[in-house]
Amino acid sequence: MTEKKKISIVLFSGDFDKAVAAFTIASGAAAVNYEVNLFFTFWGLNVIKKYKNRNAIGRGFLARTFNFLMGGFSHLPLSRLNFAGASPKLMTNLMRKRNVATLKELIEASILLKVNFYACEMSINILGLKKEDFIPEIKEILGVAKFLNIAEKGEILFI
Amino acid sequence: MKTVKLDITKEHCPMTFVKTKLELEKLSRGDILEVILKEGEPLENVPKTVTEQGNKVIEIKNLRDDIHVVTIEKG
Repeated sequence: MTEKKKISIVLFSGDFDKAVAAFTIASGAAAVNYEVNLFFTFWGLNVIKKYKNRNAIGRGFLARTFNFLMGGFSHLPLSRLNFAGASPKLMTNLMRKRNVATLKELIEASILLKVNFYACEMSINILGLKKEDFIPEIKEILGVAKFLNIAEKGEILFI
Repeated sequence: MKTVKLDITKEHCPMTFVKTKLELEKLSRGDILEVILKEGEPLENVPKTVTEQGNKVIEIKNLRDDIHVVTIEKG
């Protein structure tokens, strides 16, 4: 049997539309039998925070303010034409209307298809967060060396 | 052996083959999955991807207009 094809995606962005792109590729690749690794870092961490709304989590005043302002899944901005957060909601409605999978559905499909979720140790540290602040599907918190190890011999995408 | 139907005529990429894969995972070897899909992307990709994953496409039949039924035996 040939080795499984592999794709590893770094989600750096916390933009709604870029998260849609990342999870579309992740679920699509997993459905055609790729091993898929998703590595969340910096703004991308907002997508996988346990609390979907604004929440002052983290260690220290600055980190708490930052986390509150960034919010979680429900506050991901559109990278263009965000209109103070109205656009992602309109976009989700449009996606539903056109029978295109919403971000929530794409994430659920990725989980069902056993996409591996990893979070970046360094950016979690900056934001004063811990593993429990994220959805339980996060397999491990790791650094670049371990990520490169996991991604070895596969393709890497940075979004 | 059981036969299951899956309608993905309203779905778009990647959910067409994501839903097919998830449905196939629920079945046992030898079970039959009938996928109802549209021409274009789904008809091109679904039979191809299920075959690559060790399943067998038994029949592709035109149901009406641009709607087709792909009969897959789980491998």
